[in-house]
Amino acid sequence: MIEARNFTYMFYGFAAAWTVIVIYVITLVSREKKLGQEVATLKKLIAEKEQSR
Amino acid sequence: MREKLLYGLGLAAILYLVRNLYVIFLVLPDELAQGAIYRVFYFHLPGYFTAALCYLLAGIFSAMYLITRKWKWDSLAAAITEVGLPFAAMNLITGMIWGRIIWGIWWTWDPRLTSALISALIYAGYLMLRQAIPDPTERAKNSAVMAIFAFASVIFTYKSNEWFRTQHPGPVLSIRTGGGTIDPQMEWMLAHNLFALLLLAGLLLAIRWRQEERQREIESLRREALSFS
Repeated sequence: MIEARNFTYMFYGFAAAWTVIVIYVITLVSREKKLGQEVATLKKLIAEKEQSR
Repeated sequence: MREKLLYGLGLAAILYLVRNLYVIFLVLPDELAQGAIYRVFYFHLPGYFTAALCYLLAGIFSAMYLITRKWKWDSLAAAITEVGLPFAAMNLITGMIWGRIIWGIWWTWDPRLTSALISALIYAGYLMLRQAIPDPTERAKNSAVMAIFAFASVIFTYKSNEWFRTQHPGPVLSIRTGGGTIDPQMEWMLAHNLFALLLLAGLLLAIRWRQEERQREIESLRREALSFS
């Protein structure tokens, strides 16, 4: 079982480890959305230009 | 199909990590001298090995790109280098927190700590280099060369506590010491958490690789859109 000695800093350690991973996952998710939107916009733009030719 | 595989991998990684946290907190005993803080070791060391494996693979993928000139290898190298960075950060931050309690200081310019920091900065530099070169061929070639040479910093970090007198503890794993330096129960848990973090890194790599491929698609669509004007 866990004793109280150094428990606070152990908590900081685990919180830091997980925070790093969570921040990276959030970055990946937001980039995924941005890339998807950019692909859709460019495809739409190319389709419009092809039609106007 | 690929989406389902990613969800399955994600679920497996989460379940494995939750199981490991249960064992770390509720099954394993405290370390006699350090108390509860020694538990950060279960993320500190596997975090380092996960990052080191990512960097090793980045070097291999980069060499594959230089040999074959196939974009797939360049995308994989870029993706895995980025995935390695959060694990390197995990290693450095948990180490600092451990050091604050055991050494009484957050940081010291000891060869092990300094080389680990420099190694992480070199790989962050690799990602910055990729952003700075607009031409895809030049970018792939230069970053591949950098990734291969950058791996020397990982080897230096790994061996630094054998080559120098360091404040950082010496090797504890039985594969390096021949045994007797760590409780087998604790060493087994380290291996479990390493596998869990590798599983998580595999998931992040699959997502990041797909983004890298999509980025390449965007670059090609931009060229196509520009050709109309």
